[in-house]
Amino acid sequence: MTVNDLISSGIFELVNEGDQPEAEIEKLFCCDLLSIAMSRAPSGCAWVTVMGNMNTLAVASLCDAACIILAEGVRLDDVASVKAVQQGITVFRTDLPIFEAAIAVWDRLHA
Amino acid sequence: MDDAIQLKYTVSPEDFTRAGEASGDLKKVLKQIGVSPEAIRRVSIAMYEGEINMVIHANGGEITVYVTPSQVKMILQDSGPGIPDVEKAMQAGWSTASANIRSLGFGAGMGLPNMKKYTDDLQIETVLGVGTTVTMIVNF
Repeated sequence: MTVNDLISSGIFELVNEGDQPEAEIEKLFCCDLLSIAMSRAPSGCAWVTVMGNMNTLAVASLCDAACIILAEGVRLDDVASVKAVQQGITVFRTDLPIFEAAIAVWDRLHA
Repeated sequence: MDDAIQLKYTVSPEDFTRAGEASGDLKKVLKQIGVSPEAIRRVSIAMYEGEINMVIHANGGEITVYVTPSQVKMILQDSGPGIPDVEKAMQAGWSTASANIRSLGFGAGMGLPNMKKYTDDLQIETVLGVGTTVTMIVNF
């Protein structure tokens, strides 16, 4: 499943469409502590988190995450919104809890 | 290291809007010169953790990076308070980060452990009240 496929599915609200919509989502990753995410987030992952600040974007960029999914109704703050556009990172948001958001992606990855 | 590419970065204190810029730029340079994704990831993790530590704990500082065909050497220098107990600071889970810093997703006590884990060599020289120099090497 590509990032574009996830956009088209409409299951999450698209906050920012990044510059790699054809990137393949290969894995799922759930974590809010950035130092752990930095060392563990797999390249090409859909990263589900409740951290909506610009450090999340920096980590996603360094880890080559395919996209970020903000769960629990969290929104990107203003600085992070600008950064997401600048860095070309695809960001979604949803009111779903982290687990349910991740399961929704998992179901599509393994459909 | 006469044949090395030298890069210099200034890290601003307490400026989380720019934290990660040096790491991001270094990653781009390494990609451009064809360093393997695995090595880039190791460098990125170590550099980002070091950069964040400088923002959080040390009033910023200077980073000098030397890139050769076989390694990246990162030298992070700050004029911060120094590390009172390096052994303790190296323990996973140990952190002196404030509640505010923790609310940003940091302060898990994984910074120095990550830097050690993902580099081939890590040296810390610290003097209380004077500053800290962290030197890290990642071989390709």
